[in-house]
Amino acid sequence: MSGTIVQITLQIDGKEATVAAGTTVLKAAQQIGVAIPTLCHHEKLEDYGGCRLCLVEVESRGRTNYVVSCLYPVENGLVVRTRSEKVDKVRRLIIEELMAHAPDAPELVRLAYEYGADRNRFEKEAAFCVMCGLCVRYCDEVKQKRAVGFIDNGHAREISFIPEIAAKECWNCQECFAICPTSYAQAAYLLTEALAFPGRRKKESTPREAEEGRMANIPAVPMTFVRRPPAAKPEMAN
Amino acid sequence: MPRIQTTAELEALRAEILAARDPAKPCIAVCGGAACDGLDSAAVATAFAAEIAKQGVAAKVDFRVTGCHGYCNKGPNVLVGPDDVCYFEVKPDDVPEVVESALKGVVVDRLVYRDPASGEKAVHLSEVPFYKHQMRILTGDIPRIDPTRIEDYLAVGGYSALAKALSQMSSDQVLQEVKKANLRGRGGGGFPAGLKWETTKNAPGKTKYVIVNGHEGESAAFMDRAMLTGNPHKVLEGLIIGGYAIGAQQGYIYTRHDSPSMARHITAALEQAQELGLLGENILGSGFDFEVELHFDVGIFVSGESSALMRSIEGNAPEPRPKYIRTSVSGIWDKPSNLNNVETWANVPEIINRGADWFTSIGSEKSKGTKLVSLSGHVVNSGVVEVPMGTPLRTIVFDIGGGVPDGGAPKAIHFGGAMGRSIPISMIDAPLDFDGMSKLGAPIGAGGLLVMDENTDMIEMARYLLDFLVKESCGKCTPCREGMYQMLKILSNIIEGKGRKFDLERLAELTEVTSLGSLCALGKTSSDPLKSMLRYFKPEFEARIAAGSAAGSEAK
Repeated sequence: MSGTIVQITLQIDGKEATVAAGTTVLKAAQQIGVAIPTLCHHEKLEDYGGCRLCLVEVESRGRTNYVVSCLYPVENGLVVRTRSEKVDKVRRLIIEELMAHAPDAPELVRLAYEYGADRNRFEKEAAFCVMCGLCVRYCDEVKQKRAVGFIDNGHAREISFIPEIAAKECWNCQECFAICPTSYAQAAYLLTEALAFPGRRKKESTPREAEEGRMANIPAVPMTFVRRPPAAKPEMAN
Repeated sequence: MPRIQTTAELEALRAEILAARDPAKPCIAVCGGAACDGLDSAAVATAFAAEIAKQGVAAKVDFRVTGCHGYCNKGPNVLVGPDDVCYFEVKPDDVPEVVESALKGVVVDRLVYRDPASGEKAVHLSEVPFYKHQMRILTGDIPRIDPTRIEDYLAVGGYSALAKALSQMSSDQVLQEVKKANLRGRGGGGFPAGLKWETTKNAPGKTKYVIVNGHEGESAAFMDRAMLTGNPHKVLEGLIIGGYAIGAQQGYIYTRHDSPSMARHITAALEQAQELGLLGENILGSGFDFEVELHFDVGIFVSGESSALMRSIEGNAPEPRPKYIRTSVSGIWDKPSNLNNVETWANVPEIINRGADWFTSIGSEKSKGTKLVSLSGHVVNSGVVEVPMGTPLRTIVFDIGGGVPDGGAPKAIHFGGAMGRSIPISMIDAPLDFDGMSKLGAPIGAGGLLVMDENTDMIEMARYLLDFLVKESCGKCTPCREGMYQMLKILSNIIEGKGRKFDLERLAELTEVTSLGSLCALGKTSSDPLKSMLRYFKPEFEARIAAGSAAGSEAK
């Protein structure tokens, strides 16, 4: 077999991109430096298409369609517009919907600014989780532990650590904390730990805490929740 | 029963079955459909069996429990052959009289249909208004068949289409016939089944699957259950023919786990077809091998969505997959998989037997054949209805349905269950077909038809349907999970008198984004009922919001 890779040429925001067949529109855009916002996408994980923020407008054979770029495969002659009135409208509303649950998530705050989203559009029901599924999928696909999963469906859906697996696997890992856009994965884990297997944290540091030189006994606090101490007032020169 | 090796042996078996039957002999058929079952038709059936034994007349009268006769609100239904005398609301106490009359060839006058207004009698099936205006091509055999006995299906000509396809037609010819018949998918989309078959047939790879979508989950739809429970062999025959045309070796029937009689009937049908050699290796000596497996859902509405259904058959959670690559090319285990709904498959044997020209002579210009409709809501007569495509809605609502009870006036007709749409009654002369209804912004969907009278609160109706979908959303994608939830909150506020002026604008934006941005058909169409209600009944919403804010300011 000769290893020739079929190349596909498409247009993204007026720029031409030539990429290998099978590439998604999102990856093609990233290759030519066009930014598309994402929340549930992660390099190491299978494409998911859950948050829908990466929705773009595509035009193919005279027909305009709205698709999510993280899943849509490139086609020859495809014309992609990553911003349009409708695309922005969808993204803005999605950001507003998610901010009802996680109003202070840094990525949402940044996106809200970019898209003019109103963080108070919908009544707050702070659950802190945006259901991106990064923790669930990372634990499954990369770590292959399935210590955290989704329970329930629809609006009642939430993530939950499975105590039996978490007690065994999470102490030495905790890698999902860093990829969570809202720090909720960590909170959910600490809750599980407190309910299902309390006490260990008082006695020993997790490997990560030890590495970072932190003491046992002090619960790990996500950076977003740490208030910076007010800067010391400069001495007034008399 | 010995395995049948050839078409001739099948015909010989059929002749043998028919020879043992006397067409002039009275036959009592008790409806065991879901609605009649709920009205305890089982007690009526037990009484019949006991009475026939008591009188010692088992040789003189046939008796069987069948699937749904159709006239659900008049149950328990009993049909007495050979003249098809219809008895309604039959109680166990009526049984001795029915048996005696059947033997004598007379009619039990007090159990026959009477027009509620004029008191006029209708004795035979062809005279009862509910049946008179129907064309029962798919459902007509149901009262003649005990669904657990393949002999009954063979007696009405069952599997002759399969024999014809395998012995006289190439797989291409079968495909061409279905294409020529312009059979359109009955699951809601109305996409031409022949084209879908062709895509799977032409898709690369040897392993292919054909699937019956028997996951009828939406509210106000019960026609597929009636079809699959009442005549499982007809659907199975269609599936085997489809498998032959497409070049599939494996079929699946995907259905609900929560209908025990349906599961029982399908299981029996599969076993009997296997035993007779209508499934398995070298079917009827044609060299065509085909197996069918029954698969149950896990009790979530979205399982009926094609990609979720296929995930479910694979053994995964029924979460929809984005369909940028069609399931007809890459479905179950990424193999080409052709999915059609129960009613679509049931049409296939008829098309093969009677030909595409016969099929296209029925229906409207672009929608051919008949359509099964679940008629319910504020109508006098409700049940499973089969009419030619293009039948005016007026015929269905008034002639078949008998209009609104107690002389009320209808206000709206709702199609397609929770993801369907409503139209005002002023459009009642529109024909029931795929394109006509789409033009009105109310696609017929799978066939649930709900009549609503003048006292119906459309906002409450929208809220009710949305509440169903909010609970059924899988929760994977944001617009469906969050969008519907926010819409539901706004509607609930309006109903509670807490509506605000900008609510309609917010609803419009939420419906737009939810349909544009959602991952699967559930999300994309979840706001359709609300959209149609905002389109045709907007003043009701405005009035309710205004009344709410007026009451609110008074309270202050």
